[in-house]
Amino acid sequence: MSFKLYKDRSSGENETEVGKVSEAMISEKQKKEYAEIVKQVKPKPRVWRNMFWAFVVGGFICLIGQVFYNYFLRLGLNLNEAGAATSSALVFLAAFLTGLGVYDEVSRFGGAGGIVPITGFANSMVASALEYRAEGLILGVGARLFTIAGPVLVWGIMTAWAAGILYYFFR
Amino acid sequence: MAASKKNGSQTVWFENPPVIISTASVVGPMEGEGPLGKTFDKVFNDTYCGEETWEKAEQRLMLDAMKKALQKANLQENDIDFMLAGDLLNQIISANFTARALSIPFIGLYGACSTMYESMALGSMLIDGGFAERVLVGASSHYSTAERQFRFPTELGVQRPMTAQWTVTGAGAAVLAGRGSGPVITHATIGKVIDMGQGDPQDMGAAMAPAAADTIARHFQDTGRTCDYYDLIFTGDLGSYGKKLAEQLLKQKGYDISERFTDCGILIYSGAQDVHAGGSGCGCSAVVTCGYLIERLKAGRYKRLLGIGTGALMSPCSVQQGETIPGIGHGVVIEAR
Amino acid sequence: MVFFWAFVVGGALCVIGQLLMDLTSYKFTSAHVLVTFVTAGAVISALGLYQPLVKLAGAGATVPLTGFGHLLAQGAINGVKENGILGAFSGGVASAAAGITAAVVFGYLAALAFKPRG
Repeated sequence: MSFKLYKDRSSGENETEVGKVSEAMISEKQKKEYAEIVKQVKPKPRVWRNMFWAFVVGGFICLIGQVFYNYFLRLGLNLNEAGAATSSALVFLAAFLTGLGVYDEVSRFGGAGGIVPITGFANSMVASALEYRAEGLILGVGARLFTIAGPVLVWGIMTAWAAGILYYFFR
Repeated sequence: MAASKKNGSQTVWFENPPVIISTASVVGPMEGEGPLGKTFDKVFNDTYCGEETWEKAEQRLMLDAMKKALQKANLQENDIDFMLAGDLLNQIISANFTARALSIPFIGLYGACSTMYESMALGSMLIDGGFAERVLVGASSHYSTAERQFRFPTELGVQRPMTAQWTVTGAGAAVLAGRGSGPVITHATIGKVIDMGQGDPQDMGAAMAPAAADTIARHFQDTGRTCDYYDLIFTGDLGSYGKKLAEQLLKQKGYDISERFTDCGILIYSGAQDVHAGGSGCGCSAVVTCGYLIERLKAGRYKRLLGIGTGALMSPCSVQQGETIPGIGHGVVIEAR
Repeated sequence: MVFFWAFVVGGALCVIGQLLMDLTSYKFTSAHVLVTFVTAGAVISALGLYQPLVKLAGAGATVPLTGFGHLLAQGAINGVKENGILGAFSGGVASAAAGITAAVVFGYLAALAFKPRG
C-alpha cells in the first residue's frame, strides 16, 4: 500500500515520491574542495589569549559573588537566603551594566568569562528586553525577555525534574 | 535566437549607456570616522539619526540620500519615472516606507547586500530599453536593525569571530538618466545563485565569494574582455577573507585579478575600528560606490570600473533550520566620459 | 582561602566554556554552551558530585551556570524527599525562584529605564 504524495494534473499520474530539491549544478566534490580552501584562508581563533581572559574575567566575577555572599552571611542570613540574595545582587548588577551599555564589552573581551556566570544569563534577558522595547511593553519587552534565556531554563528545569524522578525511584 | 542586446549567457550591453547624473551617500558616525569619512554627503552623529527607533533611522538615511541625489541633479520627484530600491529588513520596509514619503512609482528589490548593483543594472535596462528617461536607484542598511533581525540583541555580550563583518549604517542613492553628463553604465552581468555549501552566518565572505568569482568569470567570457581592460575591479562586501577566496577561485578559472582587485567592505573601515573582516550590508557597496568611487572616477583617477555587488541570500529562519547560505553577485561596468 | 578557590574554580569553568565556543563548529553557539552548562551542572549535582565543589570554592561553583543547574537539581531532589513524587515538579523551580524573579523584574525595569545603544 503506497502513500500518494501528490497528483499531477497535466500528466495525470499519482506520484509517491518527490525528487530532491537540490542544486544539481555543483557537485559534492566541488563543495568539499572549496571547504578545504576556506579552512586554509580562515583565521584561527586566538585560543590561548581567549582562555586567559575568560579565566581572569570569569574568576573575577565569581570573586565578587563570594564577597557578596560573605557579606550577606555576616548580615545574619542563613546559607540558602544568602545564596538567593547573592544571585539577586549579581543579576541586578548585570542588568544595570547592560542598561548602561557596558556589559557587552565585558563579554566581548572576556568571552565565556562574561557569558558563563549568572551575570551572563541576566545580560541575555536584559539585552533582549531592552532591544524589543520598540515593539511595546507586552509583545515587545514581555515576550522577548526569554529569547536567549529560555533554552537555559527549559533544559535546566527538565534535567532537574528528571533527576527528581530518578531519585524517587532509585533512592 | 539570442536577444539583440545580450552578450553570452548573463551579460547585457547598453546601446545608449545610461548616465549617472548624480549620487548621494548618507552614513552613521562609525562610517564618518573611517578612512572614507570625507567622501560622504552627510554624516549623522549617532545611530538613531534623530529618530525613535533604528528602523525609522534607516528610513531617514535612505530618504535623505534619495532627496540629496535629486537635489544634486536639480530635479524634482515628478521628474523621475521610476524608483528602484531595497534593503535588508523583512519585507524591505525601509525601502517601502521611503517610497511612501516620495511619490515616485516604486519597484522594490531584494538582493541582500547586492541590492545597489541589482538596482543599477535594472535601472539601466529600463532606460536603455526606452521605458524610462530618469530612474532613481538606492539601497540602505543599518548595523542595529540588521543585528536585531539576523543575529543577536545589540547589548548582548558575544564574542564575534575574526571572519564576522560589521553591517554598514548608511544609504546610497543615484539618479540614472538617458542623457546628461557624468559617468556611464555600459554593461551589466546578472548573477546566478551559487551555493558551495558554506553555512556560517558569521563568515559570509566564504558564502559569497563563489558567486562573485562566478559572475566575474562569466563577465569576462561574455564580453571577451580580460581584467586589464579595467582600472579597478571591486566587490561589494566580501571582506578581507572573502576577497582572498574569490581571488583563489578566479585563479583556478584562469583569471588573475589580484593587481587591481579591492572590496568596499575593506575600504570603508580602518583596522583601528576593530570590525574584524570588514563592512557588509546593502549600504556598504551603496555608499562606497556613490561616494568615494564615483568621485575618483570623475576626478580622472579611474576610467573603467567593474563593480560586483555581492549578497548572502539567507533568512534568520533558514540558518536555524540548518540550511547553507547561497550567494549572488551582480556586475555593473561604469566608465568615465 | 575560599576567595582563592572561588577565583580559580570559577575561572576554570569559564575556560571550559571558552574552549567549547572556540573549538566547536559554528553551529554550536554561545546559547548551546549555556544549555550544556546548566544541564551538565544538574546531572553532576544529581550524582552528588557538585556539592563538594561548592564546599571548596563557594561562589566559584555557584555563580557559573553549572551552579544554577546544581540549584535546580538539588531543589527537585529535596522536593522529592519532602513531598514525594510531586516534589520533582515543584522543587526545582521553587529553589531557583529568587534568581528567576530577580532576572525578570530587574530586566523589565532596565528595559524601561534605558535605551539600547547599538
